[in-house]
Amino acid sequence: MNTNSNAYTIIYASVMVVIVAFLLAFVNSGLRERQNKNIELDTKKQILSSLGVKDVTDADAAFAGVDAQDMIVNEDGTLAPYEGKFVTAYEKEAKENGRTHIFVCMVDGQTKYVIPVYGAGLWGAIWGYVALNSDKNTVYGTYFSHASETPGLGAEITATWFQTQFEGKHVMDGTTVALSVEKNGKVEKPEFQVDGISGGTITSKGVDAMLKACLANYTKFLTSNE
Amino acid sequence: MGNLFSAKNKEVFSTPISMNNPVTIQVLGICSALAVTSKLEPAIVMGLSVTIITAFANVVISLLRKTVPNRIRIIVQLVVVAALVTIVSELLKAFAYDVSVQLSVYVGLIITNCILMGRLEAFAMANGPWESCLDGIGNGLGYAKVLVITAFFRELLGSGTLFNVNILNYDTIKSLGYVNNGLMLMPPMALIIVACLIWYQRAKHKELQEK
Repeated sequence: MNTNSNAYTIIYASVMVVIVAFLLAFVNSGLRERQNKNIELDTKKQILSSLGVKDVTDADAAFAGVDAQDMIVNEDGTLAPYEGKFVTAYEKEAKENGRTHIFVCMVDGQTKYVIPVYGAGLWGAIWGYVALNSDKNTVYGTYFSHASETPGLGAEITATWFQTQFEGKHVMDGTTVALSVEKNGKVEKPEFQVDGISGGTITSKGVDAMLKACLANYTKFLTSNE
Repeated sequence: MGNLFSAKNKEVFSTPISMNNPVTIQVLGICSALAVTSKLEPAIVMGLSVTIITAFANVVISLLRKTVPNRIRIIVQLVVVAALVTIVSELLKAFAYDVSVQLSVYVGLIITNCILMGRLEAFAMANGPWESCLDGIGNGLGYAKVLVITAFFRELLGSGTLFNVNILNYDTIKSLGYVNNGLMLMPPMALIIVACLIWYQRAKHKELQEK
């Protein structure tokens, strides 16, 4: 058979593309449910990590263990329980469905609030969770992760030293979000600011912008005294 | 089937690891060598992933080699590689989520790795499936070897750690005036280390030197 004829080439390409498309669609739909469950478990692990609960093997049990309640912040700053399916895409929830999620948890008998944050680093998305004490102002713990920051530089936002810097910092100065990441060594207000990463300036700025933008959506809740 | 491990097949497997290394001799796959070698762990994961994908892609293309229309062979190779990488990435997401999170961008980088295309075009299009499989594994391991050596020096001298375990960041060492070299974490140092490896290999093996 002449494998160089036009007809053969076109048929070969079409058949190949159809086979590959079906194969990929089949693999994707067959594994979708498992993948979504993994993403859900991973999200729960990340939320737990911001509360200082690390190395969790059974995320569902540990999540129930801190009595985590998925809540929605209303426009007037009050909380209402969220009744739907567990969501993992908080940016989409906020922008498309107008729902700002917050997790109310109990750690050692103390109420903690966990707020999801999301933004952009140098190469791709960055996201995280900020856990606050019951005063709604002092940071209890944080968790940050990223899609594709540079290892050793921007990717250091996942390192313990970076995340623990936030502990004890205050979020709000009056009605503005003052919690911020400053250039390494330029911290002037240690009450609100933490050091950035040398060599990871754009990712550090991304974390800073992410904190300011996302936490600002919760201003009403954070400044109300209930 | 009696000669699965014949002298020729052993050579097909072992030369890419040393004397015909895809990175240090053919200078392929340099771009990903820069991107993933600032820490040891991603370097190893990337090396293994490329090994597995190159082996499978080589086998598939080798089986198809007599049917592939010559004019669109590169496209066919690319489709096979892209499909394999996507399937592996989907499987990882479903069954080894933690590993897939670690790999993140590197999975996509595998598709664009020149070593893959190079082996498909230069070897799998002209040889049987078993030889192609050995060739794929050999080249993948040769690539992994260079990645691991480069990452070892970059992580040790740049961050003072290995596998994120502290090696050099102690006060006793720092009091002697030692500081981690931040430049090691930048891509240019990967090029310089790879160049040193090439230098070393050529100095050791005179037959590799061009006249």
